[in-house]
Amino acid sequence: MRILGVSAFYHDSAAVLIDDGRIAAAAQEERFSRQKHDASFPEKAIAYCLEQAGGGLGKVDYVAFYDKPFLKFERLLETYLAFAPKGFQSFRMAIPLWLKEKLFQKNLLGREFRKFDDGFDGREKLLFAEHHQSHAASAFFPSPFEDAAVLTMDGVGEWATTSVALGSGNRLEMIKEIHFPHSLGLLYSAFTYYTGFRVNSGEYKLMGLAPYGEPRYAGLITDNLIDVKSDGSFRLDQSYFDYCSGLTMTKPRFHDLFGAPPRRPEELLTQRHMDLAASIQAVTEDVVLKITRWLADETGASNLCLAGGVALNCVANGKVLGDGRFADIWIQPAAGDAGGALGAALLVYHRFMDRSRRPLDGQDAMRGSFLGPEFTQSQIEERLLRAEAKFTSMSDGETIAAAAAALADGKAVGWFQGRMEFGPRALGGRSILGDARSPAMQKILNLKVKYRESFRPFAPSVLAEDLADWFELDRQSPYMLVVADVAKKRRRQMSDEEKTLFGIDKLNVVRSEIPAVTHVDYSARIQTVHTSTNPRYHALIKRFKDLTGCPVIVNTSFNVRGEPIVCTPEDAFYCFMGTEIDVLVAGNCYLDKEDQDTSLKRDYKDAFELD
Amino acid sequence: MEFLIELWAFMRARKKFWLLPIIVVMALFGGLVVLSQGSAVAPFIYTIF
Repeated sequence: MRILGVSAFYHDSAAVLIDDGRIAAAAQEERFSRQKHDASFPEKAIAYCLEQAGGGLGKVDYVAFYDKPFLKFERLLETYLAFAPKGFQSFRMAIPLWLKEKLFQKNLLGREFRKFDDGFDGREKLLFAEHHQSHAASAFFPSPFEDAAVLTMDGVGEWATTSVALGSGNRLEMIKEIHFPHSLGLLYSAFTYYTGFRVNSGEYKLMGLAPYGEPRYAGLITDNLIDVKSDGSFRLDQSYFDYCSGLTMTKPRFHDLFGAPPRRPEELLTQRHMDLAASIQAVTEDVVLKITRWLADETGASNLCLAGGVALNCVANGKVLGDGRFADIWIQPAAGDAGGALGAALLVYHRFMDRSRRPLDGQDAMRGSFLGPEFTQSQIEERLLRAEAKFTSMSDGETIAAAAAALADGKAVGWFQGRMEFGPRALGGRSILGDARSPAMQKILNLKVKYRESFRPFAPSVLAEDLADWFELDRQSPYMLVVADVAKKRRRQMSDEEKTLFGIDKLNVVRSEIPAVTHVDYSARIQTVHTSTNPRYHALIKRFKDLTGCPVIVNTSFNVRGEPIVCTPEDAFYCFMGTEIDVLVAGNCYLDKEDQDTSLKRDYKDAFELD
Repeated sequence: MEFLIELWAFMRARKKFWLLPIIVVMALFGGLVVLSQGSAVAPFIYTIF
């Protein structure tokens, strides 16, 4: 039985194909269209999924869409009515779009699918799942647990912004929901907007900025903006927010409360912005912890699954794990809306069709999240030749040895191998790698390779077997979704002068043996690398360890700021030529920047709209 | 037609019949927007002149 899951029309369109309960293929449309957060119908992602499984749309039994348009329209109408006559401008912009297109999504989807198969009948094959149900399903069904509590939090779906559910076998029962406009995701996004970052993409930056500040506004937030009860349920005071009726996130009353207008994009970041970031991060962690504690007490579950955009807040995830109320937690690597496509397809398979889950043997069903397109060695060579690249083809062993030597030499290495990752994280399939021991690597990668803000931290990839020796984490983190501290023995003692540094000045202090991945509060967003899911990446780090004694390297996504992660060998080569990446290793092709034709260099710094 | 049947089923399931007059008015205005290829109030203004 084949089920195609689709998410589209809001942000991060994606397609997923389930084949007899196994996740056969999954990819986001942005990787093919090269438009970051592409929200259009995921035509290319669907074409890839169908090609991967073979047989076309005719062989697909059901198509599952990840949310319910009528319910969303109902929320929109009721919200406009509740705030009328305010919000007319927003109403005037939104309603024509709905009346022309979004309300008739079933017809629209039917038309699009008939491009793949003339005989496609939407009345028989097209099914719709609720947004948070899709998130919950994407968190529970692929998890390694037979039973678990499930928490999903995001900006908003139809009505729900937070939901809790209980999963057991192939059952998933929704227990409670918090409804719009009360949303932890939107509260976080309001601060993202207020501190001058872009909503829906700048939330990571706010989280990265938080450790530079002190949570001195946390009291102001909990006293005025959000009322949190002991079970973690909350309400937001709408007199401070503009997202229900206006075109921005916050109102002047919000700005008065924090004493200044919103920061303009690219305006200098000050200590105040860092303190605001630290404050909203602290409040978010507090709310998430209250909910998970209540959930543990109420359900008695020993495992927890997480999804929804807020589950990408890996600092909060680390706090939940450290809290110890649950024996184990599992977070869907595509926790955002792209993962909704997976959840919707799994809901149809397990609940609608009542099919049982496959035996898991303690492993999750995401297979390292390597679910996207891959290219054979001959395809890579052919495509690189067409792009006029100069490369050397090597054996597997030679490639690993050469890449590890380049890393040990302090070079920035583009690493393009195997299947592309599904979800926002690069996990060693489409990554830029560097030496974690280098004090200069963080700055080099941020400013010369990624063209992004200098304060942003990088994540480490560590051999799973060496985890305890380097980090204070006692379990696997294959999807880079948990933050934990660098092991005490690996930290460097700070001088009295260094201890007094504030804000961004903290950045240049070497804090550990692996300074490139140690954030200013000694934390790191850890990825454990396993032979079972990514043997080639594991072999590379193992070789690097043999050369240097260090089983940790820097891993960041293969793209520049504002660009979707690379998908094809050509994307990788163009990014390589547009940045100061020194070496590109694509399959067994080894490319040195110095060997390339300089006329092929591109200006990548301004090639993409800043996020 | 199928759309209207589904919309009716949705309002029944959600017990939200009070949304019906709003949707009808909006559909009328939406129709005017399409017909007049511009503002929904344009046909009323033009009749004055």
